[in-house]
Amino acid sequence: MIGIEHYVVVSSILFVLGVLGIFLNRKNIIVILMAIELILLAVNLNLVAFSAFLHDLTGQVFAMFVLTVAAGEAAVGLAILVIYFRSRGTIAVDDANRMKG
Amino acid sequence: MIHVFAFYLFAVLTIASGAITILARNPVHSVLWLILAFFNAAGLMVLVGAEFIAMLLVIVYVGAVAVLFLFVVMMLDIDFAELRAGFIKNFPLGMLIALVLLAEIVLGIGAYKAGAMHLGTPDGTAITAPGVSNIAAIGQLLYGRYLFLFEASGLVLLVAMIGAIVLTHRQRPDSRGQNIARQNARRPDEATINMKPEIGKGMTL
Repeated sequence: MIGIEHYVVVSSILFVLGVLGIFLNRKNIIVILMAIELILLAVNLNLVAFSAFLHDLTGQVFAMFVLTVAAGEAAVGLAILVIYFRSRGTIAVDDANRMKG
Repeated sequence: MIHVFAFYLFAVLTIASGAITILARNPVHSVLWLILAFFNAAGLMVLVGAEFIAMLLVIVYVGAVAVLFLFVVMMLDIDFAELRAGFIKNFPLGMLIALVLLAEIVLGIGAYKAGAMHLGTPDGTAITAPGVSNIAAIGQLLYGRYLFLFEASGLVLLVAMIGAIVLTHRQRPDSRGQNIARQNARRPDEATINMKPEIGKGMTL
């Protein structure tokens, strides 16, 4: 029988894949955003699995809020990416030094 | 039996497509693999009886976010080969950190399974009642106990939408926009004239 541990293992592997994606594609901000989506997906999977196995719906409601924030983050992130590309002609993360941060 | 088979199918496909998402050379392929990962994660959620979140995942991610990603990847003219230059160089460090992170998480799960830790128990206010469908139960919670959080998440989406529009909107000098004040100030007597042309003669305006 499939228990909670199986779901936790799957979502932790997915989470680690997302972190690895950020490290591997350090220059390509589009793939970094996709890796962040993978991380949020892993978190959502965890929330839903615990919600189902504890018979408590709060986790699923919270997963919905995470989904909302992820959608907003993707929209604003891609909008920033588009105007950045429009003004600089590249999206390489290394070149993003205009704010001298 | 079918439950176990479906779980392993969805889990393996989710992890495999997640891995290809971060390893693919072409970001367009990455987005498509990301869509597959989301589909299979939705399948995993259906397996534990969370249909609403699963359908939401398909609608929001596959219908909106992935299309947004595809749109941006295809619209911008980006040299992806140049962006991939540090891939090999970053590989050992990234792999090391990923392995350490995975080992820590697995250690945590192992400690939990060994009985060293106890999870909290739900307070019972959001318990899943038998006979009520998942969507109905979540609707009860969203429009009852979590109404203000629900409204706040709507506000988050509104702010994100306005932010994205304001950021990407640009005023081009050659664009011919609508001047509403001028349009409203226009009267019929200055816009139209009555003429009575004679037969056989032309008309000058």
